[in-house]
Amino acid sequence: MNMKRDYYEDINLFHSKTVIFWFAVLILFLVLYPFLFKNYYIYVANYIAINIIVATGLNILVGYTGLISLGHAGFFCLGAYGTVILMVKAHIPFLIALPLSSLFAGLFGFLIGLPALRLEGPYLSIATLAFGLTITQVVGKLDFFGGREGLHTSKLLIGNLHIDSDRDFYCLLIPITIIMIFIARNIVRTRVGRAFIAIRDAEIAAETIGVNVMLYKTLAFAISAFYTGVAGGLYAFVLRFIEPQLFSQMMSIMFLAMVVVGGIGSTFGSIAGAILLTLLDLELRNILSIPYLGKFLESLSKNFFSITGVSNIQFIVFGFIIIFIMLFEPLGMFGIWIRIKKYWKTWPF
Amino acid sequence: MFDFVQMLVSGIASGSAYALMGLAMVIIYKTSKIPNFAQGEMALAPSFFAYMLIDSYHLPFYIACILTFGFSVFLGCMIEIIVLRKAQKSNVLGMIIITIGLEMILLGFVSWKFGAEPKSMPFPISPYDSIPMKDLIKGTDLIIGTLELFTFTIALILMIIIFLFFKFTKFGIAMKATQQNQVIARAMGINTRRIQMMTWAISSFVGCIAGLLVSSITLHPYMMWDPMLKGFSAAVLGGMASLPGSIIGAYIIGILESLFGGYISIEFKSVVSLMIIVVVLCIKPSGLFARHYIKKV
Repeated sequence: MNMKRDYYEDINLFHSKTVIFWFAVLILFLVLYPFLFKNYYIYVANYIAINIIVATGLNILVGYTGLISLGHAGFFCLGAYGTVILMVKAHIPFLIALPLSSLFAGLFGFLIGLPALRLEGPYLSIATLAFGLTITQVVGKLDFFGGREGLHTSKLLIGNLHIDSDRDFYCLLIPITIIMIFIARNIVRTRVGRAFIAIRDAEIAAETIGVNVMLYKTLAFAISAFYTGVAGGLYAFVLRFIEPQLFSQMMSIMFLAMVVVGGIGSTFGSIAGAILLTLLDLELRNILSIPYLGKFLESLSKNFFSITGVSNIQFIVFGFIIIFIMLFEPLGMFGIWIRIKKYWKTWPF
Repeated sequence: MFDFVQMLVSGIASGSAYALMGLAMVIIYKTSKIPNFAQGEMALAPSFFAYMLIDSYHLPFYIACILTFGFSVFLGCMIEIIVLRKAQKSNVLGMIIITIGLEMILLGFVSWKFGAEPKSMPFPISPYDSIPMKDLIKGTDLIIGTLELFTFTIALILMIIIFLFFKFTKFGIAMKATQQNQVIARAMGINTRRIQMMTWAISSFVGCIAGLLVSSITLHPYMMWDPMLKGFSAAVLGGMASLPGSIIGAYIIGILESLFGGYISIEFKSVVSLMIIVVVLCIKPSGLFARHYIKKV
């Protein structure tokens, strides 16, 4: 289905005119979105956009380079705290503070990439997990970072524009997200991206034909951490308040789940995964207000479970989604999409 | 000197719980190459099962314990049969994701049923009982918590049983054969499927004992996060594929953590053990006690 007939087709950004058409429709929709929907849905869109940036970045690491990270909440935390502290304490404008703190997160990504050169499988997962936990614990316990009380963000000024409401922030966030996605797509289509894929598919073979494994593995970590740092810096301004408890281990797991559910090794897959899981996350937080199902779950909880823990149903739903995806469609939502496309292309056969 | 010995004792006690979790993980990893992130919740569910039996059905503690052991074995078998037997083809990342999914499901059910507020397990030994030891080392009074001693003893007995089991019983030897080469083990007439199922059952049982020991101190849905992480770290420190390695790793982590907490800062106690693991892995990528195999093409 996704057969490439020559090299230029392989590196094309858009595969056909249909794709360009649908992309234009999408852009139009995104432009009209703030005029069509209420405030809450704009907040939801911002939330989704941030998770899309993280999922795209993590996909470069997990999907294309084949490494595992369970510590991306650490980079996310670095980006968020870095941006807020640079703005509040050093009075650096947002558009400089955000790249600076993201570069800082990228530097940390490079550092964790160094031990990752020799590690694999469970060893790598525990090392990244330890790293993520360490960052959040250290940040949570130093008074410089606001300690347990957290930090409030300062006013977000770009030039003379004061970005205040969710709607204003949407106009800033969506272009950044689209640019980040394009950069990710481009990284994957260049020499660097092909080196990543070569390392994922056969590390020793890649080394033999001259791919600098050390460089590209650390680079993958750095790029992925940079993406997560950008997302973290923006996340601080969606909530306008950050505290260390936000960046829990569950967050790293959710990021990984987004990439896996969407489809390992496909940018559009990870976008789809981020949208699905973020929506589910936000909807399932108040599960009892869902029509019909909420009533049923309420009576079920009262009879067999406890009503206080009803919000934990979201963990059960996520767990089942993850396991079903891994057991029946290892390529995730992207795999399902490919299968549907194949079915209709060759219908009625 | 007195402080040092006291800290050593509490380090060994917490190390024992980590060692049991680490053992449970290594048992699974050796047979099926799955880093089991669900281990903590596989210990959590039986602990809450025991709590439910005691609290709602007013069973005596010891009977509840025995039923809980049965439940944990059943849980381990079910997880293997329903989920992991279907996932034979997945790679390491897939396995990690699947076990994380299992973890979320178990955690979700437990905290849906019992809510997030802490409960107290009617354990026969309270964490405040202690045995004072007078003049153990010249002129110092050492205080050893009964629970700490109990934890250590149970862990030690269990380790010896596991060691003997792998060394001398027919089933244990069959397990070792499956670990070494599954295809040939099957050719020799070993039912490797049953072996894998039993591995999960045994590991779940070991984890369940660790869970019950931890639940005597605190009982809430997130109580197994820390022991699971430390147990996993211990297993990785010891080499992930060696049973004695994971036990030694667990005691190293427990003691270092307790000493660091006592002498330098109690706030960064759990950070330091995690950093130690990262540093050790930088120097020895396969842990302290496992041989590093270089992959061939």
